[in-house]
Amino acid sequence: MISAAPFSFLNSTITLGVRMPLSWLVLIVFALAAVGYFLGRSRALAGAGGNSRDLHSLPSYYGANVLMKIIVPAFGIMVIWLLAQPLIIDRTVASMIPASEIDEGASIGLVMAEVNRTAEGIRNAVADGTMSREMAEDGRADVAEFTQRLKDAGQIVTSNLSGTVILAAQRTNELVASGTLLMTILVLAVSAAGLAWGVVETKPLFRARNVVERGIRALLIAAASIAILTTIGIILSLVFNTVEFFRLYNAWDFLFGVEWAPSFSGRGGSSSLGVIPLLWGTFYISIVALAVAIPVGLFAAIYLSEYASPKVRAFAKPMLEILAGIPTIVYGLFALLTVGPLLVDIFGEGGWLGVNWQGGGRAVMTAGIVMGIMLIPFVSSLSDDIINAVPQSLRDGSYGLGATRSETIRQVIIPAALPGIVGAILLAASRAIGETMIVVLGAGAAARLSLNPFEAMTTVTAKIVSQLTGDSDFASPEALVAFALGMTLFILTLCLNVVALYIVRKYREQYD
Amino acid sequence: MSDATMESTVPAAPKSSLHRTDARTRKRHAAEKRFKAYGIGAIAIGLFFLVVLTVSIIRSGLPAFTQTVVSVEFTMTQEQFDAAEGQLFKTKAYSAAFNEALVSTLREKGLEVETDAAAFERILGKTGGTLREYYRANPEALGEEVDFELSASSRVDGYMNGRVTRDSMEDSRFLEAADLDIVDALIDAGIIKETFNWNFITGADSGVDNPGGAGIGAAVVGSFFMMLVVLCLSLPIGVAASIYLEEFAPQNKFTDLIEVNISNLAAVPSIVFGILGLAVFIQFMHLPQSAPLVGGLVLTLMTLPTIIISTRASLKAVPPSIRDAALGLGASRMQAVFHHVLPLAMPGILTGTIIGLAQALGETAPLLLIGMVGFVARGYPEGFIAGFTDPNSAMPAQIYTWAARADVGFYEKAWGGIIILLIFLLTMNILAVILRRRFERRW
Repeated sequence: MISAAPFSFLNSTITLGVRMPLSWLVLIVFALAAVGYFLGRSRALAGAGGNSRDLHSLPSYYGANVLMKIIVPAFGIMVIWLLAQPLIIDRTVASMIPASEIDEGASIGLVMAEVNRTAEGIRNAVADGTMSREMAEDGRADVAEFTQRLKDAGQIVTSNLSGTVILAAQRTNELVASGTLLMTILVLAVSAAGLAWGVVETKPLFRARNVVERGIRALLIAAASIAILTTIGIILSLVFNTVEFFRLYNAWDFLFGVEWAPSFSGRGGSSSLGVIPLLWGTFYISIVALAVAIPVGLFAAIYLSEYASPKVRAFAKPMLEILAGIPTIVYGLFALLTVGPLLVDIFGEGGWLGVNWQGGGRAVMTAGIVMGIMLIPFVSSLSDDIINAVPQSLRDGSYGLGATRSETIRQVIIPAALPGIVGAILLAASRAIGETMIVVLGAGAAARLSLNPFEAMTTVTAKIVSQLTGDSDFASPEALVAFALGMTLFILTLCLNVVALYIVRKYREQYD
Repeated sequence: MSDATMESTVPAAPKSSLHRTDARTRKRHAAEKRFKAYGIGAIAIGLFFLVVLTVSIIRSGLPAFTQTVVSVEFTMTQEQFDAAEGQLFKTKAYSAAFNEALVSTLREKGLEVETDAAAFERILGKTGGTLREYYRANPEALGEEVDFELSASSRVDGYMNGRVTRDSMEDSRFLEAADLDIVDALIDAGIIKETFNWNFITGADSGVDNPGGAGIGAAVVGSFFMMLVVLCLSLPIGVAASIYLEEFAPQNKFTDLIEVNISNLAAVPSIVFGILGLAVFIQFMHLPQSAPLVGGLVLTLMTLPTIIISTRASLKAVPPSIRDAALGLGASRMQAVFHHVLPLAMPGILTGTIIGLAQALGETAPLLLIGMVGFVARGYPEGFIAGFTDPNSAMPAQIYTWAARADVGFYEKAWGGIIILLIFLLTMNILAVILRRRFERRW
């Protein structure tokens, strides 16, 4: 369910007799906090008779203690409230809309989107004076006149607003206004209480530093937990939408379907959304990319770590790593406008080779080669680290037995470094599978199960982009399939990463 | 008498000698040389790709920074103005007057060409509208000589840049071969010339049919606001998380969980973060689509692992003696970290942050999903807060939008945009290197 009404908390306002922007509330809390800091500090000093040596902690800790007690609960409540309010209001208002109001084939989400749009429109219309406050709140206002007023105010509304939608929008506004008012009062009360608590608590022997440090520690833990929250967020957003998709589309057909043909007009039914051709395209392009990146990257790493003089190494290593710092959109454009046409000149009709293999610039080869270039520094710097980690004693032993350098590398160093190199290659493969811009621009849009590397094919990532940036409704299977594709991609790359990290870590332990 | 003495009279020649290279040694040495050559070849291939990429960026992108303008001194009299305003197709009358002036200028310089109104429109675009707008806004200019600089059509621009040549072009409604004679005459007369295209750097995106007027300025502003969000969120959060993990975290399951999550998030494909942004920030929290704020939030989550990893490395590099000294003087653990370890680790942290920001600046895929593509950023945001919440584009998203448009004139703009993007990235990376060189301390 997606709402077109931007419910930005930066723009939301509070009806408090006058319209008060939310930023004021933030400023008031900050002002209270500043007052609290100085009150706490001076009260502590005063309690010790101005001699800070009689205090348990430094004076500033007493101030910080009060400040913390004001800011943390106030902003905590504010954030939670602002996140929860739209959800609760949506649910309340949605229950107002009778099932008969929902068009055939449409969902409650679409109606709610319109309600939110209208509510936003009413707020803007009142703000610029086109609509009186009485009218905005009048539940019996004439529907046609109401709509006309909104249009006069330049608000985008559908031509025929129904009475129910207007009522729902008015109810939304009412709830938003009272909810925000309640939040303001609550936040102000909590910060005032925090101020009072902190100031009363402030006595010379109060262990302010310990309290403040416990608070900071909690903040540090919260910051560290964001990594977990992000992972949970990723998993939840993928799982919920994927389940929604599988409710509309058979999971078996998705996982094992060999045809990818989303319909653009229909709402499901006629679409074939099989993931196999996309996976094939993804793997094919990744294989081409790895076929370019592994030999070049590996030999570059071997040369840099075993043969190159320090001077050459100091020059060539950063130069190769520039390739890794270039944004992928640049590679995408390079594939689309430089490599693609070049390959057509070679392999296309009337090309240098005289073979008519390639029809258009967008092809598996185009995307694969460019992606391979991108991965060269990735493979080379990871392998370089791993080869360097092989103990010198192994080399010396091999040289002592009369082996040449290349024999040492092939028969001693590479076998010793093999697990690490395999890990590096797996990481590179996971990069290749998750790469988006190069395939969006270079690989084409047609989902095919073909062996010809000069044909256009498409990948999981490219289809995620095309399904979510089109015009289709977010509740349709054509859009929701993107989340199922995202899930596939996430699981694939996660497995590769876990295996690769495991191998790399295990290998490192061997020599440390 | 024994057989042994007879046999041992002539010692057998040794099968091999260290003084003589035999076939097998030569083979081994050849293999050695080949192997080394493969290595040199691999490095050469890598550097070759780098050079090809650089050359093709510069060669294709530089034309975006120049524009072809038609500069004419033109006088419109009051009578002409009244006559034009009295007609049904007002702009056509303006164009006609302008074309007449052009032809007469050409004649003065002794150049004679066959012309017609349609040809001029193909070369100059619809001049009438611009002229009419100007004279209606400045009626006092009537009767005065005004120096007009009108931008030529994108095909003429391409002809000047060598993108369109007489051999390669086909007659179309955009440009005919005969038009190029007029263009040549105009070039000889000094009417058509190349100027630096400031509009490309400062301007906003144009519609799909006007590659000449497209600029990247608005997208730069969008990127700037996004980077502001990323910096303000990822630096404090990243530093706080690293301090906890490096200095305070006990060895337990929870810490392990965080560590595993961070190393996995660092390898999650960027498009998955786009899906997260779409589902959480737009669908769930109802934040506005295409807003730099949302882009910044998504990119923050994406860069956090990078920043945490580099921050932890620089915290680890501060020797334990510093901590021990602070603790020995009676500082609490918190004070030891915040007063002593953190300031010493700051250069390393900033270097890591700048590199993380540079990565975020060039990232495109997540922005596609939160609606920053396809949005035509026609102007700058009005005010500071609006800079975060109003729909805008970002540099890489703008480049993608141009690359996806049908008119080939936009490709040049896309390459030009890449040059600007790379200049920003280069500046940031050089800054990071300078910071590292200047403040890095070896303990």
